[in-house]
Amino acid sequence: MKFLGETLRIGILRSGLELKQFLRQRESVVFTLFFPVILLFIFGTVFKDTIAPGVTFSQYFVAGMIASGLVNTGFQQLAITIPMERDDGTLKRLRGTPMSVSSYFIGKALLVTFLMIIQTALLLFFGSVVFDLNLPTQASLWWNFTWLVVLGSACSTVLGIAFSVVPKSGRGASAVVSPIVIILQFFSGVFFVFTSLPNWMQQFAAIFPLKWLTQGMRSVFLPEEFATQEVAGNWELGKTALVISVWLVLGLIFAIKSFKWSRE
Amino acid sequence: MSITHAIEVIGLVKKYGSKTAVDGIDLKVETGEIFALLGPNGAGKTTTVEILEGYRKASGGQVRVLGFDPATKGSAGQRWRNRIGIVLQSTTDAADLSVIETISHYANYYENPRDVEQVIDEVGLREKINAKARELSGGQRRRLDVALGIIGSPEILFLDEPTTGFDPEARRSFWELIRTLKAEGKTILLTTHYLDEAQELADRVGVINNGKIIEIGTPQTLGGRNTALAKVSWLENGKQQVIETKDPTTEVIRLNQRFNGEIPELEVARPNLEEIYLKMIGELK
Repeated sequence: MKFLGETLRIGILRSGLELKQFLRQRESVVFTLFFPVILLFIFGTVFKDTIAPGVTFSQYFVAGMIASGLVNTGFQQLAITIPMERDDGTLKRLRGTPMSVSSYFIGKALLVTFLMIIQTALLLFFGSVVFDLNLPTQASLWWNFTWLVVLGSACSTVLGIAFSVVPKSGRGASAVVSPIVIILQFFSGVFFVFTSLPNWMQQFAAIFPLKWLTQGMRSVFLPEEFATQEVAGNWELGKTALVISVWLVLGLIFAIKSFKWSRE
Repeated sequence: MSITHAIEVIGLVKKYGSKTAVDGIDLKVETGEIFALLGPNGAGKTTTVEILEGYRKASGGQVRVLGFDPATKGSAGQRWRNRIGIVLQSTTDAADLSVIETISHYANYYENPRDVEQVIDEVGLREKINAKARELSGGQRRRLDVALGIIGSPEILFLDEPTTGFDPEARRSFWELIRTLKAEGKTILLTTHYLDEAQELADRVGVINNGKIIEIGTPQTLGGRNTALAKVSWLENGKQQVIETKDPTTEVIRLNQRFNGEIPELEVARPNLEEIYLKMIGELK
């Protein structure tokens, strides 16, 4: 029990340190936190068409952007920064101290949570103020929003840690990770209306969690009637929870088994 | 009376595929001793030290550090890490954190951390206390690494090539710091490819090459330096004459009588540590 408390205490201390380091790197602040907001402005301004009665593309896009924000702060951010920490000696130094691995992961998870809250708040704010995003008024929709964010960001975090073994070096990491994220965004109905994509693309995207997250976010932010425009004719929230949970569990197992402290 | 060994290594072997990096090393380091592992790049120094630090698994042999197997996993291994301090080869981590932020944070990891302010004074970073790690010079950065190595009040400190890339002045003041730590009773295992560093700091030196320890001795006696033959050379009949002798003075007097005065191009030389070392590692025939 004392050990657990200590692990948690160090994890919280680590998250403070991680956040401090994050905020001091201007590129990472802009790239991770503000890039989705910038994209929101560009797409929201250019594509003003109405895609269904009472639904503009910019509303559709904001819902997708909130979902992909979770991918940015979790998966993308971790899969890029962990290889960098592997290269600069951070991980090796930590490995040589009595700090437990769990504390390191707790620190990362708390950092992601914090970034995600800031980013989601930014997107909700600009989305509702500038692009007529309707914030839900029903409690049940906010409940759906909450579990989607919690489950989605947990999944995104463990997949980021798991994927951090793939880039061969810290410098090359963003070249490996960013295209994957961007392609998934295109395929998952963030930049285009999902049902207008070719069938094979839709089926490919359905394997990954982002498609389900974006659809879930649409269920929160678009009118009830829009559900009939979705592939299955409804929001498929049960299936969404299932797919994301499976990825979460697989990602967690893989992250723990494959995590590497140094390059060799 | 039994001597307590801080480090005990018997028949250590490390293989990477078919390549043998460490080939049967035996080593004992006593408590309170500064022991230097000296050898050229690729000799197996870092591999050996990283096995002792628990970073790598040995392929064979026995390793005990403070009576403990460094390869032990889980919470026992974590507790053991409370008692050791590691200064890795050059690092660039924590670049955006200040000296005090980094050291204070690492102090949290240990059961009995030392006083942060005192450690900062000891490593001589008082004036850089609020500087970011990226703004430090090479020597200052290394001092920060040492501060992180000793913040947990370790019994053993591992230093892997601590002064590589230093200018002579920075190196001298770094050596002073290491001597201070020894005076506090710490056991220090140091790897270096600088001969003068081993000579200045170490109580004993182990010369390592091709994964094997060639010799262990004090810097004064290494390679039989104290009993090595002196070379006396001179010019006679238009040719350079050389003899090796353990009594060079007698030899010079004999020559002096033979030449009835000045000996042409007389030279008397004893091998210095560098020559002995280069001979040992096979660079000098």
